Amino acid sequence: MSSSNESTKAVTSAKARRGPPLAWVGWAFLILLGLAVVAYIAAKAATNPVLFLQNLLDGLKLGFVYALIALGYTMVYGIVKLINFAHGDIFMVGAFTSFYAVSRFNLHQWPQAVFPGIPPAISVVVGSITVMLLSMAVCTVLAVTIERVAYKPLRNAPRITALITAIGVSFFLEFFGALPFVFSGRFIPYKSPFPTTAWYVQDGIHPIVAGQASPDNTISFSNIFLLIAAASILVQILLQFIVKRTKIGIAMRAASYDQNTARLMGINVDRVISFTFAIGAAFAGLGGVLYAIAYSSIWSQLGILPGLKAFVAAVLGGIGSIPGAFVGALIMGQAEAMTMSYISTPMRDAVAFTILIIVLLVKPTGLFGEPSGEKA
Amino acid sequence: MEIGYLFSTIVKMVALIAWIYGLLWGLGRKKLWQKAATVVLAFGVIQALIMVQIGDFSPFSAFDQGLLFQSITMTMVALGLNLIYGYNGQFSLAQWGFYGIGAYCAADITYRWTNGDASGIVVAGLGVVLGALAIFGVGRFLRTKRGVPVMSAFTFYLFAMVAAGAAAVYIGAAISPSLAQYFGSAGAPGPLASPVALQAVFFLSVIIAGAFAAEVSFIFGLPVLSLGSDYFGIATLGFAIIVKTLLVNSDTILPFTEMKGGRGMIGIPKLTNWIWAFIFLVLVIILIRNFVRSSTGRATLAVREDEIAARAMGIDVAGNKLLAFVVGSFVAGIGGAIYAHYMGFLAPGSFDFIQGFNPLIIVVFGGLGSMTGSIAASFGWIFFLEGFLRVLLGQMGTDAPSWRFVLYPISLLLLMLVRPQGLLGTTEWGFFKDRGAGGKFKANLFKKPKALKPAEETQP
Repeated sequence: MSSSNESTKAVTSAKARRGPPLAWVGWAFLILLGLAVVAYIAAKAATNPVLFLQNLLDGLKLGFVYALIALGYTMVYGIVKLINFAHGDIFMVGAFTSFYAVSRFNLHQWPQAVFPGIPPAISVVVGSITVMLLSMAVCTVLAVTIERVAYKPLRNAPRITALITAIGVSFFLEFFGALPFVFSGRFIPYKSPFPTTAWYVQDGIHPIVAGQASPDNTISFSNIFLLIAAASILVQILLQFIVKRTKIGIAMRAASYDQNTARLMGINVDRVISFTFAIGAAFAGLGGVLYAIAYSSIWSQLGILPGLKAFVAAVLGGIGSIPGAFVGALIMGQAEAMTMSYISTPMRDAVAFTILIIVLLVKPTGLFGEPSGEKA
Repeated sequence: MEIGYLFSTIVKMVALIAWIYGLLWGLGRKKLWQKAATVVLAFGVIQALIMVQIGDFSPFSAFDQGLLFQSITMTMVALGLNLIYGYNGQFSLAQWGFYGIGAYCAADITYRWTNGDASGIVVAGLGVVLGALAIFGVGRFLRTKRGVPVMSAFTFYLFAMVAAGAAAVYIGAAISPSLAQYFGSAGAPGPLASPVALQAVFFLSVIIAGAFAAEVSFIFGLPVLSLGSDYFGIATLGFAIIVKTLLVNSDTILPFTEMKGGRGMIGIPKLTNWIWAFIFLVLVIILIRNFVRSSTGRATLAVREDEIAARAMGIDVAGNKLLAFVVGSFVAGIGGAIYAHYMGFLAPGSFDFIQGFNPLIIVVFGGLGSMTGSIAASFGWIFFLEGFLRVLLGQMGTDAPSWRFVLYPISLLLLMLVRPQGLLGTTEWGFFKDRGAGGKFKANLFKKPKALKPAEETQP
């Protein structure tokens, strides 16, 4: 890939004196297209600004969840150059773990069961955090197992082999999950570990009374949105800290830059790769819990489309770049929310991938990506 | 009973694979009469089996015929994908999308024809021809200017093809009143009701479906093929998702009410019979084989092995990738058309991108870069999954058939661990075998490419 890009660059630089002929046509087309989209959204926003702001919030909610999944994709791709298709299914397993923990075992009520006198607010917070941590732990174990069993033996095999293995693992998780005694192939209503409260904005913030609709032309948001936003941003900061400041983070960056040299420097690359899978899976598990709480319905193929869109977000932001994944995921969420509101709900997938194709054509390394250099 | 059924399915699968290999062997003979005799014989054997009926027992039941037709469509899709991925090295997941496009395009034409509307085939045929003219015209224009950026070329092609499509629709609307006096209408069907005309329309619809899929693949592949391996893969996956989305909304977003969106298109005439399926199978095999064995095909291989070296040899790398992509999609479109007229019912769910991994897995199972392997894997796959695995697992309870979707990822994982180059590797056999350049046709897709070693290592 890099070779073809370089050679086209060489060709263009030879012609740089006059520039390639007719280059303006493509740019004009893209700019007109972009202007049309912006004008369309602006016109819609001007007619109903409240709806536009509500879409913006919905897009943010979606985008923050995508950001949690996209981190795993971008880190794994950055190190082993593998599209880990199974990552979306790990997200699904995270959602189901929390479902069983909450609905079957009432794990979110353990503080109340153990310490009966505890204030209910603290009990809910501690219980919910326990559920999330459990999902993260299960996902981590699963991801590391997959990495050890399926990917590690293929570390030196061609990338095609690893990619097909990833597809195989993904299918296995999906269809094994669809078996009747596992998760079953049906949609399952999801019970949130904490009560949902929502607010609307109209001359200040008022809570929405349960069972009543919010007044017309108001923006509403819920504690789920706040939780997702807080969790996603916290994870971003945590990850930045891990990657930039800790020893394992430095090892990750070194391994992603050049595995062989990293080995020479005394870095246990296998351990670093396992750690990358683990941390990505933990965030995906968290994302799974939050997604399930926010959209309150889960099934065994839940992870496919969010997983793919998170990967698209990672590519959009520049694969291998952690802030890029975050920004890409937010763009993806906005695009999806705007499409759902202004065009049509089923077209959201189509729009997401159209944006990807256009961005890759304009800037093949993604928004924040660095040129791939001599690798790949 | 079930054991007997299982056994007979296994026997049929082995016999069919032997049959198709016999066909390939015969087509690979030197003399023309030998090839022709093989084709007639291969056709006759199955035809005889279909016709034989001894009391209650038929050696080749309607269910088996269904499996055979599905195997043939899957063979076409897999051959096209093997051309794109195995021979040209472009990791494409869009094949299933082109398959869906071909299926719906052909189904729409024959559906309209049988419902007394001849404008379907006129508009589609005109659109395909005008689109091809637009592509060639713009291509000639762009060739006069060296080094036009991809995005600009794409813009030109896109506008030319949209104009061609609009012109076709406009002309079709203009001449459709006069069509009624030549072809008849729903009330007074003239040639519309004639069975011979219906067969001719079916043949044309299959070709048009393939050509339409090819033109769509051209306009999509032109910008996307410049992205490079993994990005190309994810963009083609996006294409498959977009196609499925559009098919689900074919009656709301697209103006085709007869496709009925997500509810599925019913009432497609079941025109696929053994004659047509066999004819198109042989045509596709010959097309693919001749493409692969031509100088263009060798250039395709060279592009896979090393793009820079291929460029140095004077090969138009971008054009070559595009050509392989278009030919592969053309074949997929034909496969889709055959499938649509076999099923008589199309639902967008069958063209989901998850199903789209099936041809990829088939191609990998058979061996990337081995057309013979793809054919065998297609037949084996359909009989394995649809045939005896369904019967075998059906014994285990109502939900048990879902076990097969657990078993095949496991078999895929085992294959990747044990024999990552696929069952046949890159070995070709019979008709596909290359006799020109000294026998066996080897490629090193699955060996690690030899890295450029530092200078001190190469000197002893």
